[in-house]
Amino acid sequence: MGNYFWIFVSAAVINNFTLSYFLGLCPFFGVSKKIDTAFRLGLANIFVMLITSVCAWLLNTFVLPYAPYLRLITFIVVIASAVQFVEMAIKKLSPALFKALGLFLPLITTNCAILALALFQTNRGYSFLEGIFFALGAGLGLTLALVLMAGVREESEMSTVPDVLQGAALSFLIAGILSMAFMGFAGLFSGAA
Amino acid sequence: MSSVKRAGPVRLIVTLGVAGLVSGLILVTAYLATQPIILRNQAKALEAAIYRVVPGSTTRKEFIVRDGKLVPGSNNPAGGQSENVVYGAYDSSGKLLGYAIPGEGPGFQDTISLIYGYDPHDKKIIGLEILESRETPGLGDKITKDPKFHENFDSLSVEPKVVAVKHGTKTAPNEVDSISGATISSKAVVSIIQKENARFLSVLNSAQGSEGTPQ
Amino acid sequence: MTDRQKLAQETTKGFWRENPIFVQMLGLCPALAVTNSAINGVAMGVAVMFVLIGSSLLVSALRNVIPKQIRITTFIIIIATFVTVADFTLQAMAPTVHKELGAFIALIVVNCIILGRQEAFASRNTVFNAVGDAVGMSVGFTIALLILGSIREILGSGSLFGVALFGTSFEPWVIMILPPGGFLAMGVLLMIFAQVKKNRQRKASAQLKEEAA
Repeated sequence: MGNYFWIFVSAAVINNFTLSYFLGLCPFFGVSKKIDTAFRLGLANIFVMLITSVCAWLLNTFVLPYAPYLRLITFIVVIASAVQFVEMAIKKLSPALFKALGLFLPLITTNCAILALALFQTNRGYSFLEGIFFALGAGLGLTLALVLMAGVREESEMSTVPDVLQGAALSFLIAGILSMAFMGFAGLFSGAA
Repeated sequence: MSSVKRAGPVRLIVTLGVAGLVSGLILVTAYLATQPIILRNQAKALEAAIYRVVPGSTTRKEFIVRDGKLVPGSNNPAGGQSENVVYGAYDSSGKLLGYAIPGEGPGFQDTISLIYGYDPHDKKIIGLEILESRETPGLGDKITKDPKFHENFDSLSVEPKVVAVKHGTKTAPNEVDSISGATISSKAVVSIIQKENARFLSVLNSAQGSEGTPQ
Repeated sequence: MTDRQKLAQETTKGFWRENPIFVQMLGLCPALAVTNSAINGVAMGVAVMFVLIGSSLLVSALRNVIPKQIRITTFIIIIATFVTVADFTLQAMAPTVHKELGAFIALIVVNCIILGRQEAFASRNTVFNAVGDAVGMSVGFTIALLILGSIREILGSGSLFGVALFGTSFEPWVIMILPPGGFLAMGVLLMIFAQVKKNRQRKASAQLKEEAA
């Protein structure tokens, strides 16, 4: 059980997908202007990640040992299908959310965080359950980064910012500081390891 | 795109099928062409590491531990995948100089993979090489580069047990001086060695007696 | 505009004016992840160049054959094939670089630049122009990575392309080769570019005012 917890915490906080591994930057810099939207996008990502993790595990166990060169293609097709599925589900369950997320839903397909999840899970040889905890941790970490960024940007919209810093430059500097803050988590639980 | 009218389902499936097929063919070819080279590179790298951690060795043999005894392994040139693989390293006259033991475990940031040489005669570790690590640059990654850290492993007694001590406090021959500022990475290296020692040493020490002249 | 002029324009726009990293802000993930040293940045740039030029060529050549509804899926299959080939080739020919770049080679497949160029340009233009566009974008991408990688390596390791620049007394600013450094370097660069642009605009409008007076 300790191992699962470690995988979860590591992916969510210590090796945060966005702030430590530079994954999922497009939504990070694009959508994160409102905390609400950021949170909901994060949830959609978690869902896609869970589906991806399970499918990747199934592929790795039953199909890919016979054709390892097909790994990348099968993973990306699975991700594209999972996103399509989640898109349809959201459209049916909450049309308002569907409208709010707009173009960012299909863009989850090109979110490198999802593909990276599948690849890391493969490289580290995670079992089925380990993969689930990994996906949950990574998804939560991604959501956390999105929400934090959105929160800071909401604040900064109300303050005066020198015009050369406006827009992208400021976002990157904020991200740098957030990333530094998260470095503080490094070594968490390491005494026990 | 403008000259293609809305295509029927047959056309869609055929296009995807052809695309998939062609792609598959290209990938199989690329795979078959590159795999031998990749495996050869991996084997060379592994061999070089073995000869570095057992100084003076020029040939090697793969062994697996089965039922508490050393049995010859498959001698897969790229190295065995199972956890119970260990390598015997011999000099040019065929004399056994020591064993190269691979191991891996969690480090500060990610998994550390290493290999170390063990001399069953003197019950000492005679060399260490870090194969793969993703530790913090400038701090933890000193385990790969710091010559003083590596000196610890040139003649490290394994009795009663290899232990890591704070930087600058090494007094006994079984102690490893941690790198200042990289204690956790240093300790991780030592705990990997402890784990592999527990797995292999009794088998290797007893093999010494029964092996006689190595083949 | 002649064909050759158009080709030249399509190629050079990727260098700076529509630089994928600094202007379009696409493909940021690998840009920040592998630029902890100049050589890694260049290696990634070359890999992307191979994939982008190859895919654009193929997509453009087949643009009248691929049905509109499944074009994205087909693009992805084409791109994924090129990426896998690049991955295997790099692993066979330069295992050390391959280990440094790690999973990010495979992640080229979801690099927004590549899919973006197929959708926005290659699928709607002739093969010549598509290849020109691909070359321009990948050169711009590589230049951006080279700049980022060099800055981070010089400040963070005191070296450039592995060659130590300063003596042992130089205390490297290690954070630059860690994740925060990537974000900070990018932020500062964007700030500098914005300032340069502002100065240029001010000069231009001052000139206009002078001429009008």
